[in-house]
Amino acid sequence: MVVLKCPVCGGDVTVEDDALPGELVEHECGAQLEVVKNGDKLSLKLAEQVGEDWGE
Amino acid sequence: MKVGIAYDLPRWEEKNIIQEAKNEGHQVIPFYSKQGIFYSDSNIDIEADLFIQRNVSHSRAVMTSFLIESQGIPIVNDYVTLIKSENKAFTTFILSRADIKTPRTAVSMEKDMALSSASTLGYPVVIKPIEGSWGRMIAKAQDEDSLRSFMEYQEFTSMYYRSIYYIQEFVKKPDRDIRIFAIGDDAPVGIYRVNPKNWRTNTALGAKAEPLAIDAELRELALKVKDKIGGFFLGIDVFEDKEKGYVIDEVNGVPEFKNTVRVTGFNVSKYLITKLMEWYKK
Ligand SMILES: [Zn+2]
Repeated sequence: MVVLKCPVCGGDVTVEDDALPGELVEHECGAQLEVVKNGDKLSLKLAEQVGEDWGE
Repeated sequence: MKVGIAYDLPRWEEKNIIQEAKNEGHQVIPFYSKQGIFYSDSNIDIEADLFIQRNVSHSRAVMTSFLIESQGIPIVNDYVTLIKSENKAFTTFILSRADIKTPRTAVSMEKDMALSSASTLGYPVVIKPIEGSWGRMIAKAQDEDSLRSFMEYQEFTSMYYRSIYYIQEFVKKPDRDIRIFAIGDDAPVGIYRVNPKNWRTNTALGAKAEPLAIDAELRELALKVKDKIGGFFLGIDVFEDKEKGYVIDEVNGVPEFKNTVRVTGFNVSKYLITKLMEWYKK
């Protein structure tokens, strides 16, 4: 487990070590976040909005 | 074997495919599309023997399949299959011209023509965005007035095909439809999607999945669809029409299968990987 900062409220967010980039995490502040990976370093950013061309 | 997975949003399906490929002893190389850059004069640095296409965004799926194919790595599904399956007009016309039953459908480029096509088909009709998903923006119009409103909604979206109208007869089906999966040379599993409250039976809209026994007719139909649309792994939506029998509603080139695995216990990912290895070795 790794503890990251929520880019919206600044609070702590716990993420699995083997999280994939793009993985969605919902924070208790209500923010939908996605995992970003730079080299081996994980961080979080605000998740992309659901697109019109998403889904089956 | 080195199996690449092209993805943007890792859902249950993508994680399950990764896990099952590892269980089968393969090396998995996740390729996060949003962080990829493709240059025209060089190859992306990925040593995969083959790829599985799993982008949730249609445009990213078509584009990454194309770019990966263009550097000589096989990917399922390939971009031509994705173009044929994500575009409902292409799917319907390709299938119906190949004598595979679909709901009777009219495509027109202008609103008055679309209204005229609806009178010919007979109300109620269904209007669908040509490229859409999860049942969004699909509407049943009881009369000309409501069809006109739905066309106006479509016109004000930002969809690429917003000024092309896809109008379809309303199939009087039971309160369910069928989702069947074509995987390699077989159609091993399927479900009913039951929704007594909504004629749209997408599980994204709350339909309940129930297991389905695949009969010979359904299996043959699924393989015929795959033969015409192409690809290796398709989710095929089938209606049961009282008079016509099985008709093909839609084909999905990056199918979701979480509910299918949940209610049938069939390991879709493992089956897909096994079939892919058989195919690759040939
Ligand atoms: Zn937060």
